[in-house]
Amino acid sequence: MRRAPARRAEELDRLIHERMRLGIVSALAVNDSLSFSDLKKLMGTTDGNLSVHARKLEEAEYIACKKSFEGRMPRTQYRLTASGRSALERYLDHMEALIRVTRDR
Amino acid sequence: MDNLAFIRNTMEAAGSFTAVSGWGMVAIGVLAIAVAVGAGQQASRELALGIWLGSAVLSALVMLWAIVRKARASRMPLLSGPGRKFVLSFSPPMVVGALLTLVLFRAGLLEAIPGMWLLLYGTAVVAGGAFSVKIVPVMGLCFMAAGVIALFTPVSWTQWILGVAFGGLHVGFGVPIARSHGG
Repeated sequence: MRRAPARRAEELDRLIHERMRLGIVSALAVNDSLSFSDLKKLMGTTDGNLSVHARKLEEAEYIACKKSFEGRMPRTQYRLTASGRSALERYLDHMEALIRVTRDR
Repeated sequence: MDNLAFIRNTMEAAGSFTAVSGWGMVAIGVLAIAVAVGAGQQASRELALGIWLGSAVLSALVMLWAIVRKARASRMPLLSGPGRKFVLSFSPPMVVGALLTLVLFRAGLLEAIPGMWLLLYGTAVVAGGAFSVKIVPVMGLCFMAAGVIALFTPVSWTQWILGVAFGGLHVGFGVPIARSHGG
């Protein structure tokens, strides 16, 4: 039985459906790792906003964070984890299925 | 739909063109060293420049083949996102270089051609390298420096400078790129 688009939409991973988090995960999907400042520049956002969203992704273990020092400057480096990559792939599959079902109606 | 476009745009903006082939660079570097030796033995400067031009065409074909091979191996589309930006930035200085070669040759200013080649090739590599891994634009800057040296040193040094730049720099940067960036 074909499920309604509304039901499909509910299944979307809310964690990465949010724009900023979706952007972070997408950017990390095409890079081995990105620094906090790279991501900030790329997403055009503030330190605080990026920190909040990155922490949520970290708590879900979608991204991993490594803190170090370059001289006296702190450096935060992010990379996508295997479960983060699977989550993005699942999300893309859901989006494609959603579009297909909507088109078929 | 909007979200899919957002994902694609973010990936294009964040991605880099990693299909620049390190081993391809090593191959054209070795070719350039052989050409420098051969061209250095020519009595005629026109003939020496002709040999370099012929090797440039051959090198372009070798590099193109190596890039296509590397992109296919890593299942990376060549002309979308960073790849397209790389080509669009790399090409204009190369086209200008080809036109200026003709102009300088017709004006009889043969001694200025090698320095101009190095400067414009370096410019192309710096411009295209902005969308590739960080080591690529550094290599471009080295070519530009070699171009400046070629323009302001005696003509008798030209073949050495071309050999060291097109040979040494390609091999010297090609090996770490191949080792660190998948071929």
